Amino acid sequence: MATSYQEDDYFASGAEFTDNVDQRESLGKVFEVIFLFGLMIGIFVLALLLFDILGDGLGRFLSPGFLTDTPSRFPDQGGIRPAIVSSILLGLVVIFVTVPIGVGAALYLEEYAPKAWWTAIIEINISNLAGVPSIVYGLLGLGVFNYLLGFGPALISGALTLSLLSLPVIIVTSREAIRAVPDSLRNASYGLGVTKWKTISSHVIPYAVPGILTGVIISVSRAIGDAASLIVVGAVGFLTFDPGLFQRFMALPIQIYSYITRPEPGFASAAAATIIALLLLILALNGVAIYIRQRFSIR
Amino acid sequence: MQNSTSQDDPYLLPRQSLDKDISEDILERIVEAILFACALVSVLTTFGIVIIIFQETFSFFQEVSFAQFFLDTKWTPLFAERHFGIWPLINGTFLTTVIAMSVAIPLGLCSAIYLSEYAQPKVAAVLRPAVELLAGVPTVVYGYFALLFLTPLLRNFIPLEIFNSLSAGVMMGIMITPTVGSISLDAIKSVPRSLREGAYALGITKLETIFKVVLPAALSGIIASIILGISRAVGETMTVLIAAGLQPKLTVSFAESIATMTAYMAQISGGDSPRGSLNFKTLYAVGAVLFVLTLSLNIVSYWIANRYKEKYE
Repeated sequence: MATSYQEDDYFASGAEFTDNVDQRESLGKVFEVIFLFGLMIGIFVLALLLFDILGDGLGRFLSPGFLTDTPSRFPDQGGIRPAIVSSILLGLVVIFVTVPIGVGAALYLEEYAPKAWWTAIIEINISNLAGVPSIVYGLLGLGVFNYLLGFGPALISGALTLSLLSLPVIIVTSREAIRAVPDSLRNASYGLGVTKWKTISSHVIPYAVPGILTGVIISVSRAIGDAASLIVVGAVGFLTFDPGLFQRFMALPIQIYSYITRPEPGFASAAAATIIALLLLILALNGVAIYIRQRFSIR
Repeated sequence: MQNSTSQDDPYLLPRQSLDKDISEDILERIVEAILFACALVSVLTTFGIVIIIFQETFSFFQEVSFAQFFLDTKWTPLFAERHFGIWPLINGTFLTTVIAMSVAIPLGLCSAIYLSEYAQPKVAAVLRPAVELLAGVPTVVYGYFALLFLTPLLRNFIPLEIFNSLSAGVMMGIMITPTVGSISLDAIKSVPRSLREGAYALGITKLETIFKVVLPAALSGIIASIILGISRAVGETMTVLIAAGLQPKLTVSFAESIATMTAYMAQISGGDSPRGSLNFKTLYAVGAVLFVLTLSLNIVSYWIANRYKEKYE
């Protein structure tokens, strides 16, 4: 009666088929825990980091004058005001430069650009620029702003360098925001005989504002936290006055780096305290973004 | 019929009145030109980088031969006896990158798999941003943490120098975890449900489905994320500058102080070398190597990610 030789052999052998499902499922449970563990390590390190920095620096951060004094040679004296002023100025210039250019570029690529080889090049180029290391942007800034345009190691050179650094991020996120605007909105506007730019400026942009703002905040907080490019452009580690646009400058990350590299023990807690200030600044920026996004979303 | 113009048709307004005035048309063109100029800034940035870096690098190679740069095994441009062999810097970069990736790849993949396959949507909505916060922390902060927390901690167990590639690499890996994680997550999520259901229907467990069906299907995206992570690690500066030191040497020991390309660049530009000096030019020569390296990694990653993108659509 044998029609299928294998089957018969199998049953003839007397072995019982087992799928080991319990064992396999329990291995699955083990791996689920491993995956979760891998995920939690990052979050755990983040928590540890914040805890460590608060422990090291909170006392110094709360000491009188830390935010409002100029730096001192002694670790437990003086403050970080020039660094704070520098960072805020840098952030403002970055916003003023990158928002118009970045949103403009995003609008061009989404609304105007024809599908052609040169627009493809622009797109690939932008995604590549997003991966260029910050220190290479420093070389660009040094060459163009310090020497070619003659600004020297001034705040404006650093700010423009950071602007170029954050531009790709703003373009990419703004494009996503603009792409998410429904086409029906544009078509309705065109249907009423409104011109292209009027449609964009009065409908597309307002609709995309929350998304664009998110991108702006992400890239500005990245720019404010960046140190490598500023070191190359010529930021200084010690400044006793609040810088203007065309003066020597520092920044909070540069201040942190300069504190870390000093051997005297007290500077470590000054560095931690400065980190607290930097993180608070970034947190405040993000808070503003969330607030604005929520206000614009309710319509 | 062909020539029925608006004049003949009482229901159509004369074309003239529908047309907005000419100035509006000009405005449209001006706006388009301005927006185009904005898009061009990115291209100009790339040209700027290429021209400036390679101009100085060219003049560097007029003073230092290719052989000195690529065959010498010592990097001592600041000493009396000068050597310009790039390998010690590449060695340092390679070492920290390997350490960073051996942290970032498992952690990134674990996060991606858990978030996509196991976590409830509500839990994932909280955990994903939490992991991505890691990428938002300024890199000096990781440097601080590596030098003043991780190194002292590890020194209880392993004989490490104060500056070492291990703690710098580990911190860099934690920092890069979200890069690997979120791109892999997108790749894993784009694997169609039907593939998983097909596997379940054959009686395969969830874990087996993940390893034998989902991960192979998402492989191109995962590889792209890893290459992008490598590129990040190669270009990262502050963490290695602070925690790994400034000793260019050829070593595979993770316990010693080394120097990466980026750390050397930060060191030399902090030292105020006058423009035009050979020291100043080394900054650009090393920068050129770094730029070419990261650019090729980015291009490869972009190419892999795009090549297999449409497979399931």
